[in-house]
Amino acid sequence: MTDGIPAAPGTDTWFREGPDGFVLLAGRCTACGALSFPPRPIPGCPNPDCDALEQSVHPLSTTGSLWSYTDARYVPPPPYPRPPDTEFSPYALAAVELAAEQMIVLGQVAPDVAVSDLTVGMPMDLVPGVLVSSAGVEERVWNWRPSA
Amino acid sequence: MSRPDSVAVLGVGMHPWGNQGKSFVEYGLVAARAALADAGVTWRDVQLVVGGETIRNGYPGFVAASALSQALGWQGAPVASCYAACATGAQALSTARAHILAGLADVVLVVGADTTPKGFFAPVGGDRPDDPDWLRFRLLGATNPAYFGLYARRRMALRGSTEADFAAVKVKNARAGSLNPYARFRAEVDAETVLNSPMVSDPLRLLQICATSDGAAAVVLASEEYARRRNRDAVRIRAVSAITPEYPRTVPDFPYLASDSMAAGVPGTRTFRESLAWSAYEACGLGPEDLDLAEVYDLTTAMELDWYEEIGLCEPGEAEKLLHDGVTALGGRVPVNPSGGLSSFGEAIPAQAIAQVCELTWQLRGDAGAHQVQGARAGVAVNQGLFGHGAAVVVARA
Repeated sequence: MTDGIPAAPGTDTWFREGPDGFVLLAGRCTACGALSFPPRPIPGCPNPDCDALEQSVHPLSTTGSLWSYTDARYVPPPPYPRPPDTEFSPYALAAVELAAEQMIVLGQVAPDVAVSDLTVGMPMDLVPGVLVSSAGVEERVWNWRPSA
Repeated sequence: MSRPDSVAVLGVGMHPWGNQGKSFVEYGLVAARAALADAGVTWRDVQLVVGGETIRNGYPGFVAASALSQALGWQGAPVASCYAACATGAQALSTARAHILAGLADVVLVVGADTTPKGFFAPVGGDRPDDPDWLRFRLLGATNPAYFGLYARRRMALRGSTEADFAAVKVKNARAGSLNPYARFRAEVDAETVLNSPMVSDPLRLLQICATSDGAAAVVLASEEYARRRNRDAVRIRAVSAITPEYPRTVPDFPYLASDSMAAGVPGTRTFRESLAWSAYEACGLGPEDLDLAEVYDLTTAMELDWYEEIGLCEPGEAEKLLHDGVTALGGRVPVNPSGGLSSFGEAIPAQAIAQVCELTWQLRGDAGAHQVQGARAGVAVNQGLFGHGAAVVVARA
């Protein structure tokens, strides 16, 4: 971590932040190459024809095209954080298709981007994001953002 | 004609949908007693009780078949309770059917009942970072309507659907629901009202998303021989497909945060949702051209249009035309959701797939009253839920 923001709960092995940038990390089956995101918390491969147990760490593409998008106009129920003394602000969600991996990955859209800024098919970049917990603590997550 | 793969629908019953402040057991009992009376059998005649579980009602909810049996008075019949998200009721029917076809029971009571708090469904409580359902809420705030919004927007981009198309589905289903005494929402709605309702998850507005609800439904299934003896063999369940997806899944279906990568595996020619109905068709030898009606899981108006294509009522991209031509409305060639659908009922998870079969049964017997589909002989019910669940049930006249 370059800026000391801890990973959100459950995501310790999901992304890497370093000199080479911010990347999501998939699990990759060492036998058949099948990718899993999030990385599997238990040994094994998602491919029903593969009985290998070992997974290696595989950085995913950091750009993709917008498969679809939506937003949340109402406060979601817990466990979505409700930071103290803050008003709920709607946020957009993106489903981004990664070309090399042929895989669609969901994520919140960077908070300064509105749903009206989005179009299916547009190029999107992965960026680090921040979620504030109900205890008011900053947590690292991933966001999608339209490519500059 | 008797068929080796059929079981008879001896009787059906429901408790009207809507939050009425009763326990799930009470809702379930009303539905069960109605189904037993409709079947012309007594509680003592039941040889197996299959209950759809509810995860919102504590221990009794997890052992729903037991809770209902105790409430009806222990009479010794074995019980089975199952949970399969939105497909729970269909899985319960599948279990009942398997027992009958195996010769292990002649008369089986299937019940699903639930109470549901208002608002968004939330994951089971506690901090559980190894649970995909917890993670999608905790990290993304991705509610069910958010996933539905993604699918609806995708449909708009792929098929050119508009908000007005989606609103027309609600208008159609509200009209059907206004004729159904078991439906929770009985008022007709015009397109303008739909399009002026609050946006929940773009592009879906409040009146394009099904509500959560209390409700209960029950079915009594019987072997062909038993039903024939009682002269109640008019309606048969011809197929139940309660299958799982095949790797790799091509769509990020809820509650997951990604689709499967297709880099190492080639997807099948059918999506999971397509495979639900088609595997049922193939099991019984009927096809979409044989259907007189369909009950589809319209969690949203946009999803109803997806189903038209996925169950084979039309080619991909033609759902809007089918809708606007009136083909899927009451009086059309193949009415979809003549009950009013989830749009008019709201969702009571373990009851819904059973309620779909109640509706098909009433329709095929000619007992559907004001929302009757004339001359209906065959219908399909389909649903999909989270964690890779989904089902299709084909019901037909003998």
